[in-house]
Order: sequence, then C-alpha cells, then structure tokens
Amino acid sequence: MLRLTTALALLAATPAFADEIWVTNEKDNTISVIDTDTLEVTRTLETGERPRGITFSHDYSRVYICASDSDAVQVMDPVSGEILHDLPSGEDPEQFVLHPDDRRLYIANEDDAITTVVDTETRRVVAQIDVGIEPEGMAVSPDGKIVITTSETTNMAHWIDTETETIFANTLVDSRPRHAEFVKDGAELWVSAEIGGTVTVFDTATQAEKARIRFAIKGVHEDLIQPVGFELTPDGKTAFVALGPANHVAVVNAETWEVEDYLLVGRRVWHMAFDGDHSRLFTTNGISGDVTVIDVARREALKTVKVGRFPWGAAYRPTGG
Amino acid sequence: MRVIGLAAAISLTLGAAAASETRVRIGYIGVEQPAPPVLSNLDPVPDDRALAGARLGLADNQTTGKFMGQEWILSETLVPEGGDALAAARAALAATRVLVLDAPAETLTAIADLPEAEGALLFNATAPDAALRDGACRANLFHTLPSDAMRADALAQFLVQRRWTDVALVSGAHPRDHAFAEALKASIAKFRLTLTGEKEWVFDADMRRNASAEVPLFTQELGEHDVLLVADEIGDFGRYVVYNTWLPRPVAGSEELVPQAWSPVVEQWGAAQLQSRFEDQAHRDMTPEDYAAWAAIRTLGEAVTRTGSDDIAVLRDYILSDAFELAGFKGRPLSFRPWNGQLRQPIPIVTDRAVVATAPLEGFFHQGNELDTLGRDAPETTCRAFQE
Repeated sequence: MLRLTTALALLAATPAFADEIWVTNEKDNTISVIDTDTLEVTRTLETGERPRGITFSHDYSRVYICASDSDAVQVMDPVSGEILHDLPSGEDPEQFVLHPDDRRLYIANEDDAITTVVDTETRRVVAQIDVGIEPEGMAVSPDGKIVITTSETTNMAHWIDTETETIFANTLVDSRPRHAEFVKDGAELWVSAEIGGTVTVFDTATQAEKARIRFAIKGVHEDLIQPVGFELTPDGKTAFVALGPANHVAVVNAETWEVEDYLLVGRRVWHMAFDGDHSRLFTTNGISGDVTVIDVARREALKTVKVGRFPWGAAYRPTGG
Repeated sequence: MRVIGLAAAISLTLGAAAASETRVRIGYIGVEQPAPPVLSNLDPVPDDRALAGARLGLADNQTTGKFMGQEWILSETLVPEGGDALAAARAALAATRVLVLDAPAETLTAIADLPEAEGALLFNATAPDAALRDGACRANLFHTLPSDAMRADALAQFLVQRRWTDVALVSGAHPRDHAFAEALKASIAKFRLTLTGEKEWVFDADMRRNASAEVPLFTQELGEHDVLLVADEIGDFGRYVVYNTWLPRPVAGSEELVPQAWSPVVEQWGAAQLQSRFEDQAHRDMTPEDYAAWAAIRTLGEAVTRTGSDDIAVLRDYILSDAFELAGFKGRPLSFRPWNGQLRQPIPIVTDRAVVATAPLEGFFHQGNELDTLGRDAPETTCRAFQE
C-alpha cells in the first residue's frame, strides 16, 4: 500500500511539482535551471555580466540577480526568463538579501565599501551605508530589524539597524568573512571566514561571540579548508558548510557546534540551496563547473550536474501550484 | 525593539572606545636607485612603484580603522639618487617606530643597524636578496617581498611537475641577474633538476634588430634541454630570446613564464577586487613591489586590530605568532617565518596573459606549512637574529 502511494505520488509529482534550483554561472553570464526531479538542466538563461547573488521575491514572481560587472541588479521574470528591468544597485553588486517586507533589497557593493538599500517597487536607492572593504555576506534577521553586511578585507560583521539604516555595532571575525545567516529564528548570527577557516556564532541580542566552529579533514591542509556558503536545516539542528578548495561540505551539529561529517563534492564549493522539502541540497562547485546534489538525510552525494562556468549562487524556486 | 535597544547600548560602548583613538603613523622611505639601461623602452618602471601599494594599504587600513577607532597616517619620504638615506631614516624614526622601505639591501641593513631603529619595526618591500633572509638578517627587519629563492623554488616545482627536468640557463651581467641565476641554480639542485648548459649574455648590440640572427647560434651551444631558463631581472635581453632559440623550447625565469609575487593576471581568490582598487587609485597595473608594500601595511593593520595595541613589542610578537594571518588574495592565509621575518606566500607562475600555476604545487609536502617548500626553511637558514 505504501509502495502504491509513493508510486502515485511520483506520477502526480513529476509534471506538477517539478521544482527548480537556479544557479548563477559567474563566468558564463548565464543561469542554469535544474529540475529537482530529473536533476537535469532544463533551461539556460542569459543574464548581465558576472552574475553572482540570486534571490526570489516572496511569491516567486520575480528573481533578483546581482550582475556584478554590469553594475546592476537585474529583475527577471522566472517563467519567461526575460529581464524585466535593472535596479540601481551601486557599483559591483556581489551579494544581497531581500528584507522580510519583500521590498527593500540590501546590496553589498564590493568595490565601493558600501551597502546600498534599494526599494524594489519605486526602483530607487533608499540609503547607502559605509561599511568595510569588500562587503560580501548579507543577512537579515527574521523580524527584519537587523541587516548584516560582512566585509572581506576589514574582517567584520557590520550590524545595521533597518529603521535608521545606520550601523549600530561592528564585530570582528576571522579573515575574509564570506557569508552570514541569522539562524534559529534569529537568535544566532553565523558568519563564515574563508581565510580564517572558521564559522563564528554570535548571540544576536548581545552581539557577543558564542562559539567558533573549526574544521579538519584528513589529508587536506588546514589552509585549504575555507568555509564560504552554508545553510541550516529548518529545525535549526544541522548545518551544511561549504569548504571551498577543500572540495568538501561539512555537516555540523548546530547545537553542539561539532562537525559530524565531511561530504566530498566538486572543486571549490561556494554556495548551496535546499529543495522545497529540504531533502536535497544543491552545492555550486566553482572550479569544476558543476552542482553536487546531496541527500540530506543520508548525508551523501547523489549526483553531479554539469552547469556553466564558475557556478556561484543558488536559489530554490517552487513551480507546483 | 528590545534587540535594538540593547544594541544601542553596546554601540555606545564601542563609540566610547572610538573616542580614545589609536593613531598609527607609518613612515615610508623610498630610496631612488639608478635604473640600469635596457634594450627596449617598452616597460618603463613607474615612479611610484611600491609607494602606490603602500598608499592603497593605508587606505584599506583607514577604512577598517574607522570602525575601530584607529587613525592611520603615512609619512612619505623620497630620497633622491645620492641622497642621505640614513638621515631620512633617522628623521622618520623620530616620528614613528614603523617604517616601510624601498631601498637596496645594504641601505636596509644600515637603517636597521641605526641606534634609532632599535626596537622599531621595519618592512623591506623591494629587496629580494637572499642574504637579507640569511646571514645579513636583522631582528627588526621583516620582508614582504618574496626572496629570489622563493620565486626560483616556485618555478622549479612547476618544472618538476611538468617533468621538464633538463634545463639550460642564460643569465645577464647585472648583479640582479647574477643573484637570480644563483637562486635558480640552488633550486635546480634542491628539486633535483639537471642543468645541461649555462651561458652569460654577452651581446652589446641592439637586439631588436638582430636577435633572430644571433640568438639561435648563441643558444645552440647549450645542448639538449627541455626548458631554457633566463635570468634577466632588469628586463634587458630576455624578450629577444623567446622564439629565437636554436631548439623549439619554452623560456622561463625572468621572461615568458615568470614566478612573481603579484601580477595583473592574478584574478582568483578575490584578487580582482584588489587589482581594481589599485588601478582606480594608481591608474596603472599593480607590481610585485606594490603588493609587498601593501602587504606590509595591511600586516600592521591586522596586528593593531587583533591585538588592540599599538605597542611595537606587542605587534612584533603577534606578527611572528601562529595567531597572525593575513588575507592576501592568494588563496591561503599569509604569515611570517619566525626564523627570518619573511612573509610566507604562494607564488603565482604567470605569463603576460594568464596564471599558469600557483606554487606550492600539489605534491610538494612540508611537515609544517606547505608554503615553506618555497625559499629558506628553518633548518637551512643561517639567520640567527630572530632567535634572541
């Protein structure tokens, strides 16, 4: 009976629930769209130059793309794949985060040491905030009150009050912070440091450091273990951390901050996205030009999907109903 | 709201810290050196070589410092040819204990030996001489430019990896050429390559006109080899050797395939950002000397930020400790060798158009740090000043 149900569900699911993972290819100026059922690239969409950060509007009717070398954030219709318009973004937008109000986009301008706030409706710059050198990692707290920008050369997380659009705190992290996320309903902020080789966990309320996660892989020199993108499961218990040129993703117990496993993926793994039910994780592998699909429960790589050159960002898009 | 309220209280304390400012003054001394005559006029040496890198490092420290209550100042002194470099150094040391230096080796050691330089922190950004990292080392003199030995070892690793094990060598007559040739020969021995032939460049005619006629015959006598190494550090004749060799062989060393601390073709590991910041500021490409001066000042920025101190002894201890790491856009953390004050760093091996490889190459292991497969390692060094 169980088998029958599964079979039926599969049959029903294939056409209706073929969700997608969107991957930006930094050196191809394209997006590869991967079907999460067939694990094949179904569409390749043209973008501006050097696409990196990618995120969808809350209703998935728009996709925002950082076209770094075009100095623009592009807004695309995900159904047609057409670029609808560009948003003013400041120079060299690398990564961004969409505020819970679904309107304000906080953009890291890597070459200018600025975070630009753009209203996606009026298409106007609302504010520009001076931050450290080479801002990159962007995060927003679930309540929308705090936005984080991390700066790679200044080695800081800058805490921005979204009411006043000003910095209210700066916290040092290890060298070359790359990615930031509020986790556990916003109680903690995690920041990865690529050259430092660590992930720092902050208590959001006090901005005090709670823990520093370190990694070690047998046979890989510690200098090559470079944490970049990461994601937590929705229950907040498990984190997956991309380790760059170590070519592994670490599986971290997000409660004890201990590393439980290392999964071999492609070369120079950057960022990642879960599919809709969080059963699979898709990692972008910059140098090998592919995406590794990981079975989350079994903690093993299922398949490698060839995409464009230097895949960077990844985002999930549901398509069923 | 509560979160923001708390945060405001904390930012107040940070604000208070910012009020008690740390002000760090760095002295930069550039000693003009006569440019040796070269055959081609294609590549003029920029007037602000190294200095422009120092200025960018300072701007980077400044941006970071404004969040930390730090103020950074660069006092620039340029000593003309034949000027008194020691007097300039004395004057600078009266105002600061930290200097970044663009000067030849003998001037560097003379400055380091000044009574005024005792307990100071000096950074050599432009002299690649082996002796400065060995017998002529000084406890107050750090090196951010890689040594000749580090560059030669990087190239040798590449040759081993490609199995191009038989090499011939042509070197120029300038002392810099000799020094690099010596480094290449040491690396040939260290990595068990074979030197099949060696010649000194003796032509004094204008090679732009007759290279195609002379070079084939000149290189014919070098015997069978896989690669022709050229030691032409002043950029005199090497460009005329390429494609004019008797045997169809790749050229490497100072020409064509070159191990460099930095090059405009380096773009991975965020390097593109550093390159574009530099270009916006200096309106030219970033040279290895610019990179070394930048790294010296960023080293100080990192040390002041992490220790929260501007005490020279504290900074020196931290810079030499395992805790220190500099993100230098080369894919690995950079740190200093505690035995001679040399900045450990990967060495890109580049053509004019691309990075061909970056040393240390895969397969060259080291019990401590793989970066120490490049240059003088702890057991070999004759530097004793850092052990005191």
